Amino acid sequence: MNLSATDAINDEIVAAGEPWLGAVEKGQILRIVDLEGNQAVDTLFFNLHDPQERYSAVDTIRAQGKLYLSTGTELRSNLDSTMLTIIEDTCGRHDTLGGACSAESNTVRYAHEKRHMHSCRDNFLLALSTYDQKLTKRDLPPNINFFMNVPVTATGGLEFADGISAPGRYVQMRANMDVLVLISNCPQLNNPCNAFNPTPIQIMIWEAGANIPSDRETTRGS
Amino acid sequence: MTSSSSTELWNVRVEAGEHWSGILRRGTMLRITALQARANVAALMYNFELLSERYNMPDTLKAQHTAFLTSGCVCYSDMGRILCSITADTCGWHDTVCGLSDAAMVAEKHGPSRFQEQRNAAHKNGRDSMLNELGKYGLGKRDLVANINFFSRITADEDGGLHFDPEHCRAGAFVDLRFEMHTLLVLATCPHPLDPDTSYRPRPVSLSATRAAQVAPDDPCRMRCPENARGFQNTERAFLT
Repeated sequence: MNLSATDAINDEIVAAGEPWLGAVEKGQILRIVDLEGNQAVDTLFFNLHDPQERYSAVDTIRAQGKLYLSTGTELRSNLDSTMLTIIEDTCGRHDTLGGACSAESNTVRYAHEKRHMHSCRDNFLLALSTYDQKLTKRDLPPNINFFMNVPVTATGGLEFADGISAPGRYVQMRANMDVLVLISNCPQLNNPCNAFNPTPIQIMIWEAGANIPSDRETTRGS
Repeated sequence: MTSSSSTELWNVRVEAGEHWSGILRRGTMLRITALQARANVAALMYNFELLSERYNMPDTLKAQHTAFLTSGCVCYSDMGRILCSITADTCGWHDTVCGLSDAAMVAEKHGPSRFQEQRNAAHKNGRDSMLNELGKYGLGKRDLVANINFFSRITADEDGGLHFDPEHCRAGAFVDLRFEMHTLLVLATCPHPLDPDTSYRPRPVSLSATRAAQVAPDDPCRMRCPENARGFQNTERAFLT
């Protein structure tokens, strides 16, 4: 028996370029669906009860000894706790080196004239400020880019490559603690991370104990 | 700022396993020298005039299309400005994607260690060392972001698997940082978190500050890529008087 959409306790479409903020409790399953393919989904997680504890890209990389995120990856916090575990991934690879676009980084990467363009950091900041006035840019560390492909070569080259995702591909994770999920459905128009065409995503949440045949035991990376 | 001068302004020895912080003003050059082979210097940087502006690993890597740092690279803040430029590097590769060690990791790898028995030889770890220094400036966990690990080289295979290079850093290797903003620099000389050495062997480094020459129009860091030219423009605009 597969996870059924009708059993989901949350099932939302997030339009291109929009933020999404929501809680996922320990044991619950979060699925993010790349509805039309090649859409970067910039994502951060916070400990729901203490947002000073939050997703850490470098702790996640270091813990698994591997750059890319996929099934089995434990998403670690800045205190090295496992916040969520990726339990299913029909895309195959997700980035956590590319960070989020911002007005300021757009001036560096593309042109001073691109400063006005909508960015993930604007989404993050606005969503955080409506949730808790005390949360600011200080609370934005390097994030995950679900469905984004940033291959690193053996000689240390790094490029934003064409996506390896496709319509309907999804990533599914189980929360190991109560988390606040902060998403920016990336509005970047200047590089191939969204195939130059940002598109909607779907966010689904299931209760703890939902039947997941594909779930498998994961172990801490060596 | 006058022309380049090798007159040393100050120097300090950062002991093995020590943590250190200091203010490096715009126009200051800092040479970090590995006093022994296989040194590692975890480093974070903040705009000393606005501490919420800090080193940003993703912005640094994607602007320069690289997964590591070496001479010609600059270290970007999260506001599109350049905290420092890497003007010389005898090492060739500095990691910025592997983070810090922590207490649990060090205890698991090297066994228990306390001040009571070992005095100042007690094991240190990267995260606690950084938090120690950050606390002196009113900063803390919220300000702990992806750091640089100077002198450490970690390569990735096709699947992203990471490999630590134990031969990378030789004794005497150095890296020169030219500060483009007034910067709070926070350091720790704890071993790299992916260093497989089962013995706890941190290594000391020396810091030597001099005055930097004015950044030339054809400066190699500025000329590395169009992105850096714009990064220097953003930075210079913040210092116009």
